Amino acid sequence: MQFHKYDVVIIGAGGAGMRAAIESGQRARTAVLTKLYPTRSHTGAAQGGMCAALANVEEDNWEWHTFDTIKGGDYLVDQDAAEIMAKEAIDAVLDLEKMGLPFNRTPEGKIDQRRFGGHTRNHGEAAVRRACYAADRTGHMILQTLYQNCVKHGIEFFNEFYVLDICLTETADGPVCTGAVAYELATGEIHVFQAKSVVFATGGFGKVFKTTSNAHTLTGDGMGIVFRKGLPLEDMEFYQFHPTGLAGLGILLTEGARGEGAILRNASGERFMERYAPTIKDLAPRDIVARSMALEVLEGRGAGPNKDYVLLDCTHLGAEVLETKLPDITEFARTYLAVDPVKEPVPVYPTAHYAMGGIPTNVHGEVLRDNDNIVPGLYAAGECACVSVHGANRLGTNSLLDINVFGRRAGIAAAEYALSHDHVELPENPAAGVQAQIELALSEHGHERVADIRTELQATMDANASVYRTEDTLKQALHDVQALKERYQRITVQDKGKRFNTDLLEAVELGFLLELAEVLVVGALARKESRGGHAREDYPNRDDTNFMRHSMYYKQGEGLSADIRLDYKPVTFTRYQPMERKY
Amino acid sequence: MTATAEAPTGSRGAQPPVPDGAITITLKVRRFNPEFDDEPRWDSFEIPALPSDRVLNLLHYVKWYLDGTLTFRRSCAHGICGSDAMRINGVNRLACKVLLKDLLAGGGKPTTITVEPIKGLPVHKDLLVDMEPFFEAYRAVKPYLITYGNEPTRERVQSIADRERFDDTTKCILCAACTTSCPVYWTEGSYFGPAAIVNAHRFIFDSRDEGAEERLDILNDVDGVWRCRTTFNCTDACPRGIQVTKAIQEVKRALLFKRV
Repeated sequence: MQFHKYDVVIIGAGGAGMRAAIESGQRARTAVLTKLYPTRSHTGAAQGGMCAALANVEEDNWEWHTFDTIKGGDYLVDQDAAEIMAKEAIDAVLDLEKMGLPFNRTPEGKIDQRRFGGHTRNHGEAAVRRACYAADRTGHMILQTLYQNCVKHGIEFFNEFYVLDICLTETADGPVCTGAVAYELATGEIHVFQAKSVVFATGGFGKVFKTTSNAHTLTGDGMGIVFRKGLPLEDMEFYQFHPTGLAGLGILLTEGARGEGAILRNASGERFMERYAPTIKDLAPRDIVARSMALEVLEGRGAGPNKDYVLLDCTHLGAEVLETKLPDITEFARTYLAVDPVKEPVPVYPTAHYAMGGIPTNVHGEVLRDNDNIVPGLYAAGECACVSVHGANRLGTNSLLDINVFGRRAGIAAAEYALSHDHVELPENPAAGVQAQIELALSEHGHERVADIRTELQATMDANASVYRTEDTLKQALHDVQALKERYQRITVQDKGKRFNTDLLEAVELGFLLELAEVLVVGALARKESRGGHAREDYPNRDDTNFMRHSMYYKQGEGLSADIRLDYKPVTFTRYQPMERKY
Repeated sequence: MTATAEAPTGSRGAQPPVPDGAITITLKVRRFNPEFDDEPRWDSFEIPALPSDRVLNLLHYVKWYLDGTLTFRRSCAHGICGSDAMRINGVNRLACKVLLKDLLAGGGKPTTITVEPIKGLPVHKDLLVDMEPFFEAYRAVKPYLITYGNEPTRERVQSIADRERFDDTTKCILCAACTTSCPVYWTEGSYFGPAAIVNAHRFIFDSRDEGAEERLDILNDVDGVWRCRTTFNCTDACPRGIQVTKAIQEVKRALLFKRV
């Protein structure tokens, strides 16, 4: 076992982690621990853009952006946080430009902007050009630019270090975060990192679903670790399905395509979004578009031999727009479906994409231990966190914004906390839990295969807990997940070695997925209403009387099959009263 | 080893059902785990697969159902993260971007696909190599915007044409397919390699950058651009379609004529 001591430890090196590292690393001694090489992170898969009311191409202001974010989130958004995000968006974009990000430009040489779902002029009048972009690889350029700046500032990375636990030391005022425990993939060695502050930036958990835009590595590790510590998770039932995944594969095709004018059509060629969102049509928020697509298919208007998808028509955009503004998605369709978007419409269907919920934080990135108190020294930012700026449904581009605004805030707050506090002693045997977990996973205690359990988990989540849900389907999902958790106790790992044991890694990841899938389903069962990304066929309306509140989940007791306690947290309102959500 | 559709699932050893239209592929994989092996070997696996599957699907099939010790990196599975560069049938490709239909032997003959680690970097285990020398070369070319003087309040102005000038090299995902396809890199590991030069190019030709001279000095070094013998392997290997050799030529020209 090796021991390290830092002021700040950041877990994860995607957009939020590296944005935090750039701030923290210039103020305090900082280490970034990451399961992947930084440039492999899934921020790089984001395509369409990052919204900020720069007003470079038409009138816009951050108040409209705030309103769109709140309405887009079906009023479950904490309005103070949304206001901060929309205001700081402008500097977040300009900061990235100054760091070197190659945004597309207007003829005057300013950052160009394009339309995106749910982003409107003057509270819903019409779609507005707010998304700053770099072709359809905006996320790639953000990830590269942040990594480049980490190189510039000499940020210290521990690549392929898989964090499996954090250290909480009990004090008279409650638990304080004092470090993290990591498993080094290259050697199998365990490392204890003592730190004054720890920032989680570990991303989402899309791999609970089969059809997903998420990478294989997005297994909710950070959320899982926090939950196992008895700390809460928030709003986990709100999971976003991106409307335009490549049919059958789930690979993302940016909403920026519709921002540039692409149209969704059903089997008969009808532009069906005109019926569901008469004003902004194909640029309605993702939850509405995904549900509309699912309905078209359910009601027999789907395209293709099995009538199980709809079509994204880009043919009228012309080869030049596709090649210059949407080159990557054009190539994805050609490579993976052998469909040329220049000549024919692309088969698409909703794909599991983004967790609105996560580790509850305040606007400084400080992690909450209940509705009123924080855990000193513990921070979270990005998809793994829930501020909550996305409420029940995130608007397109607001995730790239979230990681930059709140990654920066968390990095500054973590460094400032570290500079004004002394190290608190680590708990006794900080690595004992991780050591026992690894030993158990490698021991011979059963014959269940990780891939089988994962496949069955993903199948039941796709079938029973995706775009539309009912009491019955969710009960089925809960039953299945609990049975799979029981089988997980008897898994076997074939690779017993110490060197790059990715067989072991997948087994550990599956444990987190099972845990988070259960929280999602328990939350979805309890929320007997439809709001944003959570659509209950048996409760089709939003119920502000009973459910205008955040869900908070706590793990009760030890072990994988422990109970989940559900509590609620009020939504923060500033100036926007809930209204019916029409587009 | 042939998969059986009837076998019960759930117990170790049973394979998942074979989909309609599947064909059997022989996957030959270069294996080496220095923890246990004295030298590398080839392992062969028979795998049922669809023509629309990616080579990555075959590797997952082996890892998940046949041999859990097979080790490789992967993440996004659609050619964006750059984790799974490997030598497939002797050329550098991303395993998630090569579809079986493009590798099938004609005339219904049985198909064998060989997979090896990328060359020129030390093998850690099976298909997983040490990426540190690669990233070291990348970091050495100062791959970040260098500017002097006060920053503007708003964004720096850049014309569409100036932005277009370096567009191609911004696509790089640092997968190392180009660098490890270069015969010069294989024999002289001290050569910066194509990827580092591509990333230098991305800044040298960015109108906002003021560090071109520093980077050109670095690349004028004995291990710099002059090692390039324009074999075009790098351009062929790039999964992002970057004109790598052209970018290297442009850097050479900038050095010769002292002009960007």
